[in-house]
Amino acid sequence: MAPEILLIWALALPLIGGGLTLCFSRIPNLREGSTIVVALALLLVVSQLLSHTLNGETTQLTLFEMLPGLSLSFKIEPLGMMFAGIAALLWPINSLYSIGYMRGNKEENQTRFYLFFSIAIFGVMGVAFAGNLLTLFVFYEVLTLSTFPLVTHKGNENALAGGRVYLGILLTTSIGLLLPAIIWIWSVAGTTDFTAGGILYGKISGIPLTVLTLLIIFGVGKAAVMPVHRWLPAAMVAPTPVSALLHAVAVVKAGVFSVVKIVVYIIGVDTLTAAPWADLLWILPGFTIIVASVVALNQDNLKKRLAYSTIGQLSYVVLGTLLIAPFSIKGAALHIVAHAFGKITLFFAAGSIYTSCKKTEISQLNGIGWRMPFTMSAFTIGAISMIGLPPAAGFLSKWYLLLGAFEVDQIAAVCVIIISTLLNTAYFMPVIHAAWFRKESNESVLTYGEAPWPIVGALLLTATLTILLFLFPSIPFSLISAIPL
Amino acid sequence: MIASHLPALQVVVPLLGAPFCFLLWRSPRLSWLLATLISWLTFAISIALLVTVNNSGTIEYAFGGWQAPWGIEYVVDQLNAFVLLIVSGIAAVVFPYSWISVQQEVELRQQSLFFTSMVLCLAGLLGITIAGDAFNLFVLLEISSLSTYTMISMGRDRRALTASFQYLIMGTIGATFIIIGVGILFMLTGSLNMQDLAQRIPELDQSRALHVAFGFLITGIGLKLAMFPLHLWLPNAYAYAPSAASAFIASTATKVAVYVMVRYLFSIFGVNFSFQTIHIQWLFVPVSLFAILFTSIVALFQRDIKRMLAYSSVAQIGYMLLGIGLFNVTGLTATLLHLFNHALMKGALFLAMGAVCYRIGNTFIDSMQGLGKQMPWTMAAFVIGGLSIVGVPLTTGFISKWVLIQAAVERGWWPVIIVIVVASLIAMMYIWRVIEAVYLQSRPENAKNVSEAPLSLLIPVWILALANLYFGANATLSSELAGNAAATLFSGTGF
Repeated sequence: MAPEILLIWALALPLIGGGLTLCFSRIPNLREGSTIVVALALLLVVSQLLSHTLNGETTQLTLFEMLPGLSLSFKIEPLGMMFAGIAALLWPINSLYSIGYMRGNKEENQTRFYLFFSIAIFGVMGVAFAGNLLTLFVFYEVLTLSTFPLVTHKGNENALAGGRVYLGILLTTSIGLLLPAIIWIWSVAGTTDFTAGGILYGKISGIPLTVLTLLIIFGVGKAAVMPVHRWLPAAMVAPTPVSALLHAVAVVKAGVFSVVKIVVYIIGVDTLTAAPWADLLWILPGFTIIVASVVALNQDNLKKRLAYSTIGQLSYVVLGTLLIAPFSIKGAALHIVAHAFGKITLFFAAGSIYTSCKKTEISQLNGIGWRMPFTMSAFTIGAISMIGLPPAAGFLSKWYLLLGAFEVDQIAAVCVIIISTLLNTAYFMPVIHAAWFRKESNESVLTYGEAPWPIVGALLLTATLTILLFLFPSIPFSLISAIPL
Repeated sequence: MIASHLPALQVVVPLLGAPFCFLLWRSPRLSWLLATLISWLTFAISIALLVTVNNSGTIEYAFGGWQAPWGIEYVVDQLNAFVLLIVSGIAAVVFPYSWISVQQEVELRQQSLFFTSMVLCLAGLLGITIAGDAFNLFVLLEISSLSTYTMISMGRDRRALTASFQYLIMGTIGATFIIIGVGILFMLTGSLNMQDLAQRIPELDQSRALHVAFGFLITGIGLKLAMFPLHLWLPNAYAYAPSAASAFIASTATKVAVYVMVRYLFSIFGVNFSFQTIHIQWLFVPVSLFAILFTSIVALFQRDIKRMLAYSSVAQIGYMLLGIGLFNVTGLTATLLHLFNHALMKGALFLAMGAVCYRIGNTFIDSMQGLGKQMPWTMAAFVIGGLSIVGVPLTTGFISKWVLIQAAVERGWWPVIIVIVVASLIAMMYIWRVIEAVYLQSRPENAKNVSEAPLSLLIPVWILALANLYFGANATLSSELAGNAAATLFSGTGF
């Protein structure tokens, strides 16, 4: 098929999936079956697109033009291809997991859950393939709005409060900061198309450029650079599959992906280097990394700890981008992939524990490794990847980030990465230690074993992928080397 | 033959149709049918006029063959052809809607009267837009205002009477100011024809009387278009009027008043006098910024959603005045574009509220809790209209704001942009309040279960909702029309 047609399918399939869920809302087996089938079809379509992109083809498509020069259009480039690839690869696995989780916990309103999940994936595809800033913005908001019903799925007061923080921060930052930045860019450059080398060279410089960059860093609230990170822990009221795919992969990655994409394709690496104080911008994510890791240390709730760990890891990507060195930007792109597989495994494990024995706090996890060996093995692999040890994918991206930091002589940034690695170890090791080496307390009379098979299957798959990515990283590597820097 | 008389027919059809509507008072259904027929006919005429103007330029129509400046003249140029289209288009959607809604909200013996007033109001609004002479404009303004007072007073709530009376007093003061202004202009120039006025005013060379006339006119028109702080009549009027009337007035009357303002500022007094001698922008910019912020905040605290929408209207009118105050072609384009876009969005919202009112009897936010499940189509249309008010991309509201912000960027007025952005965030909050109540709360225990609104209400609502999406996704047509009209006005060749 021609890549343009494939692109339309990539956008349409999630919507079709949503439609099918609605049609089959009364027949759960058919409903979930259709979700899986559509997710696999999407994976197929995206892998076709991937092979086109690896051949060096670029694909463009304009849906319609609102005003002259203001259009909804799509363009496939390596960075977006990578992001779409992760989402398409993890969606079927996550759907499998969702089935186990939602049925295991007897959640209500499952049709609504699958429907909005599909719409969120539609948003992700749009963000990944956006051809200009406005299109990116539109799908970014689709993603925000479609995930709200997922965050508030439980519908109780607690979920609603979390949802309000979630929506409030994400919409306020995007409309209040990102949109003005987009308008500003449009007014100086006359276009918002993503172009290799950026579009702002010679159009804007000096302090305004630094201000514009700041507007983007904080306007993309999904990147969760402090102080606009509060929505992420708030979103942890969502059911775990949502936290896993959306708040460890799709939504947050849409954030950091947007930052990387805007820096590379709109501002332009060379243009940004010349901006005043550009060499200090990395301090913002650097600060976030350290603080988020310290906060993570003090969380006893497993999902909360993972959430703060996510905030820190996201800032790795932003840090890599703002070091403005070719190596570090590649490391940032690679980290989007590496963190995705590791973190989704960790969330899957947390959900697996909750489904099987309703435990949510780390202090309750003594000896759990021997009751749920598969889950905790996968958790261990995910944690190793987060810390950045071989043989897990996290090692590769950290290596590149460090190379980049050395390249631009930012020794302080090197220190931040090393300290944070230590902190990562400090907050993951106790969990692993408790799970495998502590004795279960005697008063626990519950007997429980592994979670349902879809859950275990899904988390074993992602754990395997984490290791495979370390062993065979050729696809992401060829994509990141194709990013025009 | 008929084609050359289209400008006259545009007004004559509804004006002569109205008495027939009234003659059918024994059967409200027949008078409604006639009203609907008239609205569709005027819509067709306005489309024909717009096409003609675009193809062959401005039409000047002399009534009874008496040439201007002695006779009465109708002039159709790109600007008012566009406004005619908005007014008659909204009428063509709202009139069919009104039957069921009026059945429930207006007493039986008054129903024919209501439809008659609606047709008269339509005639007045179209007449204001098309009139080429200042006194005729005033007369038709009074026709539309008087029929509006009547419609408002027919609301079911007894407060509709005070709302109508309040509007009557304020509206009459406004009209008096306008007629005083027109009178002074007549004294100074000896003419009432707008083209004549436009020629003679620059020769008057700074007479104080001219400044006084300008002041009276701007204040009078400002009252009619609910320019902050002269907007106090508007919230009550919109909130207590029957739903069909709210939807019709909210999407047309203030738009026509804004048109009159633009006509006076740009065509009659001329760009030089209005903006360089008087500096009207130094009034409009602060007033509109204040209106945008203040009334948006007030809207946040309304329990009655119709009232909330009314306050939001005042803020939206602020955007239109701001566009004029920015004093560049892009700004004026934004104003004209927003005339169109705001008519679509407020029309959709008020019609959706009319459907809610039809089912549950009021539009209080507490009684709308959990309605999303029971009236999914109505509420989905409300969400689309709401997103448009906020200015989400792919809705018309986004296009308006985009162009308006471009105009501010051209001026380099960054604080203005901040105000627009902040106001959008506030709009998001007040729309969100409704969405949260409707979709996330459950239906109160003692509330009766309701079903979806009937199709004859839903179809008009959805026509406007879809128009919001269509003209948001493809604004080339509307922005071209607005842009051409704005460019003509600025070049000073409009008349």
